[in-house]
Amino acid sequence: MIAAFFERLNDVHGLNFSIFYDAFDRSRFLTGLWTTTYICVVSILASLAIGLLGVWIAGSNSRFGRLVVRIYVQFFRNTPPLVQLSFFYFAVGGLLPTVSDGFGGQSPLVSGTGWAIIAFSLFAGAFNVEIFRAGIEAVPETMVEAAESLGYTRFQLWRQIVLPLAFRICLPALNNNLVNLVKTTTLAYAIGVPELLYAASQIWSEMFNVREMMNVLLVTYVLLVAVLVWVMHRWEKAMRIPGYMP
Amino acid sequence: MKRLTALALALAATLAAVPVLAQDTLAKIKEKGVLTVGVKNDYKPWGFLDPSGKIVGLEIDLAQEVADKLGVKLEMIPVIAANRIEFLRQGRIDLILATLGDTADRRKQIGMIEPNYYAGATNVLAPKSAGLKKWEDLKGRKVCAVQGAYYNRRVSQIYSPELVVFPSVPDGLNALQGNNCVAFLFDDTLIVSTLAGGDPKWANYEMPLTSEDPQLWAVGVRLDDLDGAFGKLLKDMSVEWHKSGKLLALESKWGIKQSPYLIETNKKLKGGS
Repeated sequence: MIAAFFERLNDVHGLNFSIFYDAFDRSRFLTGLWTTTYICVVSILASLAIGLLGVWIAGSNSRFGRLVVRIYVQFFRNTPPLVQLSFFYFAVGGLLPTVSDGFGGQSPLVSGTGWAIIAFSLFAGAFNVEIFRAGIEAVPETMVEAAESLGYTRFQLWRQIVLPLAFRICLPALNNNLVNLVKTTTLAYAIGVPELLYAASQIWSEMFNVREMMNVLLVTYVLLVAVLVWVMHRWEKAMRIPGYMP
Repeated sequence: MKRLTALALALAATLAAVPVLAQDTLAKIKEKGVLTVGVKNDYKPWGFLDPSGKIVGLEIDLAQEVADKLGVKLEMIPVIAANRIEFLRQGRIDLILATLGDTADRRKQIGMIEPNYYAGATNVLAPKSAGLKKWEDLKGRKVCAVQGAYYNRRVSQIYSPELVVFPSVPDGLNALQGNNCVAFLFDDTLIVSTLAGGDPKWANYEMPLTSEDPQLWAVGVRLDDLDGAFGKLLKDMSVEWHKSGKLLALESKWGIKQSPYLIETNKKLKGGS
């Protein structure tokens, strides 16, 4: 039914949306959608974890730890993600030990998709460290002192008072960064990861439907980001404290 | 949701906008005094960068000859397989001289100048240690390739390797060197010239399979130029290139093994005159 409609659209108007009627192209596009989604979800979670860990170490008493976090943030925030990705894939990937690929040959330890997740997590994580730091610094000093006087340990203080408040404060900035992360995943195309842009370019270089695929791509990314923003929005609403306005 | 629908509709509207192309390309080129050609800059020895950063190669020589014939300057625009046809259709370039395989699908999009100036086939470059013997050995294994190549689809449908496709040739070759894939799927002409180049990097590599799916290469022009003055001029030049042995001479100049197709066409056209 749908396939027939799009085939007619191609025959009559020359609008070739091949992903809706050609099984081979559709499976490629869906693989791309799945890969992009997978990279996004894993990278978002990993980058949040890195952000939390980084900000915890940055606020600790260990001078060495603070230095390491500072170097990490400077390095990953101030270099282009595409360069990081190429560096990991072409430079670091070649130095790692290989594993058997089950055909008697050798394959690299980390696949292109693996490197993409690692690079994007580190890249977005560096921004998250700074975002969380901003949120934490915005928590009123008096509140921290009050908690300390009640005998809270540093961990309890963080878990129960500082982080919940800091989260609410920095959510808008965090949203921005995570939306950016979703868009950054298209760079994985440069190292042959079969994500959406890669799938689309495969299809248009064979089907010559660049204009159609570009539109499909734009709409797909708008929808992907819409889903993310909706989730974050729900979370923000769920966390609202009536009467608390930072 | 309403807004999204409106957005989608607006995007769909842009689909309807088709680029308007001027009719007489030949007159326009002469008026501008510049011939714009889409070439490869990563495909040794057809079109590549020499140490000084200039684009040189067999196809560049051909492009220069067309420009000289028209008495205009040559402007080269580096293209890749994935964008060259679109560039031509949008009028950013006047012709494609970039290892363009002449396929039936592509003939619907652009005009192919006959006689074809070259012919290649599909093969893989692989480390000797991989021990590939036949095409079927690629099944399920990672094979590097380049975007927009016509044989990607065919090979993945018949032999189902896991293709890892890169934007440009050097990226794919680097990935192969880094063991990211077991083989690199490409034109046998390029593989032969890579192996014959004497670069120690490729000492332990080979072209293990039988070349398949022979494919003619063509100079590409816009469809409305194919039967126009510009297309006719190019066809005559292409005949001349074969007849005079110029293509064979260029092969020797760039260190490519004499290809049977060129020898045969040269004989045929010479005999016919």
